[in-house]
Amino acid sequence: MSNLLTASIGRKLLMSVSGLFLILFLFVHLFLNSFLLLDGVFGFERGQMFNAGVHFMGTNPLIKIIEPVLALGFILHIVYSLILTLQNMKARGPQAYASGKKTSGVEFASQNMLVLGIVIASFLAVHIINFYMKMKGFIAWEAGEVEFPFLGNMAKGEDAYSLVNATFKILPIVILYVVGSVALAFHLSHGFWSGFQTIGWNNTKWMPRLKCISNIVAIVLGGGFAVIALAQYLFF
Amino acid sequence: MENTINITLKVWRQNGPKEKGRFETYKLANVSTDSSFLEMLDMINEQLVNENKEPVAFDHDCREGICGMCSLYINGRPHGPDDDVTTCQLHMRKFKDGQTITIEPWRSAAFPVIKDLIVDRRAFDKIIAAGGYVSVNTGGVPDANAIAIPKVDADEAMDSASCIGCGACVAACKNGSAMLFVSAKVSHLALLPQGRVEGARRAKAMVAKMDELGFGNCTNTGACEVECPKNISLSNIARLNREFLSAKLQD
Repeated sequence: MSNLLTASIGRKLLMSVSGLFLILFLFVHLFLNSFLLLDGVFGFERGQMFNAGVHFMGTNPLIKIIEPVLALGFILHIVYSLILTLQNMKARGPQAYASGKKTSGVEFASQNMLVLGIVIASFLAVHIINFYMKMKGFIAWEAGEVEFPFLGNMAKGEDAYSLVNATFKILPIVILYVVGSVALAFHLSHGFWSGFQTIGWNNTKWMPRLKCISNIVAIVLGGGFAVIALAQYLFF
Repeated sequence: MENTINITLKVWRQNGPKEKGRFETYKLANVSTDSSFLEMLDMINEQLVNENKEPVAFDHDCREGICGMCSLYINGRPHGPDDDVTTCQLHMRKFKDGQTITIEPWRSAAFPVIKDLIVDRRAFDKIIAAGGYVSVNTGGVPDANAIAIPKVDADEAMDSASCIGCGACVAACKNGSAMLFVSAKVSHLALLPQGRVEGARRAKAMVAKMDELGFGNCTNTGACEVECPKNISLSNIARLNREFLSAKLQD
């Protein structure tokens, strides 16, 4: 185990594991976001499901433990992506090919993971200021108190739904969120299967399967976030 | 009837490893479309020698696609516009009359230019050497059927072993990574029982040498697999990762 991280494959393992962990987080995130649209389906008043979800995420002790781990996951993934990219640029050498690169059949996303990552990180910064900082009390906002059903009882909490709904009434923000989601979809379409490849879970049989699952993950997550933002803008 | 084409060549010229390189343009007339790319380069060199100029230096040996000596980055692709062939197997019929053909050496920090189109690929030899030996029993010749090997494994090992170490994977890689090469070399031994004995040590040693020589980190873009003249599969890289990580876990 010693000096695993000094090896290229060790550093790649860190990228892979942190990336796959972040994908798990994204699924939880999307699941809670879906509450924004589902009140009508389950017969709740508008915003009740989402407010209950936010209340759960804000009060559950398990979430409080996992939160710093998640932050560490983001930091590792970003820091190591920069380290690896710098090493790769050095390994590539200063001289570019005058006749360009005409290799066909190489995924767009795979060649532009850093750029896509930078787009996602920029989006993430705006996203954290928009919601996370407010819901966590770092930025002051006028939180109306509302009642909602919570684990069989009625609970009181901040009206996070109104904050989300009001934010998604601003067209430039919705556009930014859709752009962020599309970048995320492309990033994941390569990142998911590449993560498994790096762990070593791949062979000629699993390659097409993993690539297929990768595309599904990308469409579900990227498409899901984009559709929810657009639906909030258009119908809620 | 034989077809001929007239072409313009843009060739990278560099006098030595430390010298600054530049492109030079040559015109070549009446090139048979049946001739090979290296025969065309022989023609240009003959022309240059007749003009009392220095011929273009380029690597070549067997000229039948099995030695891995020829290289050349031609019009944006390692080994040129044809698929699954080395430069020596490339025909001039793949080019059009009047076309400009740009010829560059492999570009990678671990493959420094020696002269013109020749790069120093000894880094690959060093990785092979780091792989070390394979244990063989002494004594009488064992029965060939004594160790049963599944056909699938035998085929995959042979496919991996077809790597000729030309370096096209490194040349095509945006990260200057040698993972396809190293994974092919680790795989063709790891898939067979004879190679399992030193499997863990070999994976660690070859990856360590690869890192030490300044090759980049693989991001699984797959450009190497597309440009490999021997169709070495990207799944070898997954096997190398598996071999390396499980070897490290045992330490």
